[in-house]
Amino acid sequence: MGHYIPATKEEQQELLAAIGVKDISELFTAVPEEVLLKEPLNLPAGKSELEVRRMMEEISSQNKVFGTVLRGASAYQHYIPSIVKYITAKEEFVTAYTPYQAELSQGILQSIFEYQTMICELTGMDASNASIYDGASAAAEAVAMCRERKRTVALVSATTHPDVLATIQTYCYGVGAEVRIVPEKDGVTDAEALRAALAEDVCCFYVQQPNFYGNIEDCTALGEIAHSGGAKYIMGCNPIALAVLKTPAACGADIAVGEGQPLGMPLAYGGPYLGFMAATNAMTRKLPGRIVGETKDADGNRAFVLTLQAREQHIRREKASSNVCSNQALCALTAAVYLSTMGPEGVKQAAVQSMSKAHYFAEQLAAIPGVTVKNQGNWFHEFVTTLPVDTEKVLAALAENDILGGLPVQDGILWCVTELVSKEKLDQAAAIIREVCA
Amino acid sequence: MTNLEQLKYTKSHEWVLENADGTVTVGLTDYAQKELGDLVFVNLPIEGDEVTAGESFGDVESVKAVSDVFSPVSGTVAEVNEELLDAPQLINEQPYEAWLIKVENVGDKEELLTAAEYEAFIQGE
Amino acid sequence: MQLIFEKSKAGRGCTLLPACDVPEVQLPEELKREQALNLPELAETDISRHYTALAKRAYGVNDGFYPLGSCTMKYNPRIDEEIAALTGFTGVHPLQPAETTEGCQKVLALAEQYLCEATGMDAITFQPAAGAHGEFTGLLLIKAYHEARGEQHRNKIIIPDAAHGTNPASAVMAGFSVVTIPSGADGCVDLEALKASVDENTAGLMLTNPNTVGIFDSNILEITDIIHQAGGLNYYDGANFNAIMGVVRPGDMGFDVVHLNLHKTFATPHGGGGPGSGPVACKEILKPYLPGCASLTGEQPKLQMKAFHGNFLVVVKALTYMLTLGAEGIRNACETAVLNANYMMEGLKDLYPVAYGERCMHEFVLCLENLKKETGVSALDVAKSLIDHEIHPPTMYFPLIVHEALMFEPTETEAKETLDEAIAVMRELHKMAYEDAEQMHHAPHHAQIKRPDEVLAARQPILRYQAD
Repeated sequence: MGHYIPATKEEQQELLAAIGVKDISELFTAVPEEVLLKEPLNLPAGKSELEVRRMMEEISSQNKVFGTVLRGASAYQHYIPSIVKYITAKEEFVTAYTPYQAELSQGILQSIFEYQTMICELTGMDASNASIYDGASAAAEAVAMCRERKRTVALVSATTHPDVLATIQTYCYGVGAEVRIVPEKDGVTDAEALRAALAEDVCCFYVQQPNFYGNIEDCTALGEIAHSGGAKYIMGCNPIALAVLKTPAACGADIAVGEGQPLGMPLAYGGPYLGFMAATNAMTRKLPGRIVGETKDADGNRAFVLTLQAREQHIRREKASSNVCSNQALCALTAAVYLSTMGPEGVKQAAVQSMSKAHYFAEQLAAIPGVTVKNQGNWFHEFVTTLPVDTEKVLAALAENDILGGLPVQDGILWCVTELVSKEKLDQAAAIIREVCA
Repeated sequence: MTNLEQLKYTKSHEWVLENADGTVTVGLTDYAQKELGDLVFVNLPIEGDEVTAGESFGDVESVKAVSDVFSPVSGTVAEVNEELLDAPQLINEQPYEAWLIKVENVGDKEELLTAAEYEAFIQGE
Repeated sequence: MQLIFEKSKAGRGCTLLPACDVPEVQLPEELKREQALNLPELAETDISRHYTALAKRAYGVNDGFYPLGSCTMKYNPRIDEEIAALTGFTGVHPLQPAETTEGCQKVLALAEQYLCEATGMDAITFQPAAGAHGEFTGLLLIKAYHEARGEQHRNKIIIPDAAHGTNPASAVMAGFSVVTIPSGADGCVDLEALKASVDENTAGLMLTNPNTVGIFDSNILEITDIIHQAGGLNYYDGANFNAIMGVVRPGDMGFDVVHLNLHKTFATPHGGGGPGSGPVACKEILKPYLPGCASLTGEQPKLQMKAFHGNFLVVVKALTYMLTLGAEGIRNACETAVLNANYMMEGLKDLYPVAYGERCMHEFVLCLENLKKETGVSALDVAKSLIDHEIHPPTMYFPLIVHEALMFEPTETEAKETLDEAIAVMRELHKMAYEDAEQMHHAPHHAQIKRPDEVLAARQPILRYQAD
């Protein structure tokens, strides 16, 4: 019959006969007559594989894919080693369900266990879950982990990515909890404002590292302040930056979360990405979603299982602290293969080169009359410039040369440079901008 | 070994020891631990929390289930058996030694059963 | 099998990046990472073989029969994967100017057209990343709707006791309290219990139809009307949408909002647990509250579930699938799924009692309570024994209202011979339960591992590898 249905017309008749009905419609007699569809859905007829391929290829060609990307803001184009794509395309990984049945899912379970270990290594934290939807929802779930009966208010730094802030606010709106913004000062969190915002009803403080403007926050000091007020401390981290930056654990974080997309996932118009979540031992049981643990089987051999399941919705139902069920397992696998392939030196190189190239590009732009780099302290691979001309003019000139310029923000443009962009390309981009600004 | 005759019981399978100083010690009965199976974690209140007679004060987890534990009395949590946080299996191994909480300032009480009444009650379950 | 960390050798690696072509910038000491970064150090050969070995210890629907009830494990077409891997989709930055992303917008518009038509809804959001995320989204729409009408006192969501655990968990996340209603003797909604549960505080009802025992609730129009009369809205949990697509639409049955699991009904792969996609479709009245994206619009939306446009590539796969099937194909898939389930149930029901009803929709639930009483062989033992026959076990111990439940969902992509073989194996296991129960208590015997000690795993959690 095609369309992935193996049964022939004749076979379907055999099946019907075995059940003792004449027509398939007899199997739908429970559906009230007045709502049963009398006409086919108002949709086009089915197509052959070749027709669908042509159509979808044509649609994909209506997108502009830029040869050079100087835009980040939580979606970063890094180099993806070839092997990542091949391993993550293996059908056994791609087409498996959640590994409920440990006896035939050891491969999936072990890969998640290895992923959890890598996230613990990157963040320095004690335990990681098997991932959740993305960095923004991971941040929102982390806030929920901190909420207690008498402490319900979440403090979020104003230097946080707007999508992360909006997602935290949405989750808090759900349960009727308040979010208070801690203002920024000179592009980083205002530490004194944080101190003043702490109160008896505050459950946590969230800060992004590096922050939305690319600036590196003084996370150790912020953590000390948060803890002094009895609040839990959540850091939202860029995983590539973690290869060179002080770990959240060293900064005193209770929970580390982040957008895992830079670890081998393509830009893909925003998803699927990967939300990673790691916590101290004291907060491990509050982590949402799946967690894989090591144990032994009946013969005493090493085995992996989904564990600590009594935290989860399928057992706790309305008493569960999160409803998370599906995670982003294949993206977690992608991250694990990426980290294994890059190795400790490779990830460090990606971090150092991204940071170095971004600083080089900032210097080139700062040399253009009228252009100011706003970042004052230490920053990683993103920075903001003001421009003497309309930002759209600059971006249009870059686009003509197959370059996606930075993201327009309130004060100018938020640029991002990764190891993928060569010095030559950066010089070219700077020359184009110089010309537009002249 | 605790003398089971000294204890009182609830229909939700907690045992209750009324101490001489007016405090009350609460645990789970042998019947309860058998029904629940191997326990892997307990969620207990903290010292100073208020508990209410007939309401849940914590829960116990097995691999595939979670069950509330109900307080037989109203009062203030005076002490928590923190040993259970690392070794929940003690409830399976010695249910009448592995107490969960001690309650002080005891006010209202649930209707409690004697050992004989509880025995009869679980026969009927 | 060794962990990838145990295979690591200091000094091994891959040559991936060129030398840095600009002056290197270093962080000041006080900001630098102090802890060593212990990631595996391996050659590409080691990595390739490690993951190939892991893949051999995994089992997907493209490997074999996977009748996991409520999960709709249908075959995942390869063309869908190829299309989603096109650079024209993977290379697009989510914050590119709109005039450079017309293809992506077209994908979303087409998917919207197909899914709104199939569900009978008016608008959709693709932001939710999974079914549970969709439930949370849909319930927030209901919350926002009541608030906008000044009816914030409506804080109760009615959910049948047979519902999936995510339903009550999602309701609580959206700030509602849960009113659980017992199922009737036929496994369906008890109309009297429903009528008794509604009042001026009713915000809505969450329901899946067919329900979790695989039966289509014939009273559906009365049910949704009771809720509407009480001023509430009806939420359709799309977990079982494969049973009705092309035949009947939630929008016509009185539902106001629905989430779909593209990773179930629309053949996108589960990836070992995700990524999924849980778009939420709704009637016009809820459209004003659909989530937005702050970074795209520069404005704070009322609701935002995650960053950007959702799991876009998953939508690409689902659209490819829907284009392939078309109107007729969508109906055929549904009808064949229901046919296959009834055929399989017919072949088993004399040995294994069916929990409810004479006919089923796309899945059915067997009750093994009697088998356990007579032989000691539990639903778990039967499920684990199936592994030795290279069949993925069905869903076990769900729904909670059926004791010793096994829930089978064969889907439309399985051939008659696959169903016949599974029936034969299940019948063989029934016989074995009476002859050699002991053997079944220890099954599987030929799998990757014997039964794991889950109590040990939970009591002394080892959640990461630690080098000695």
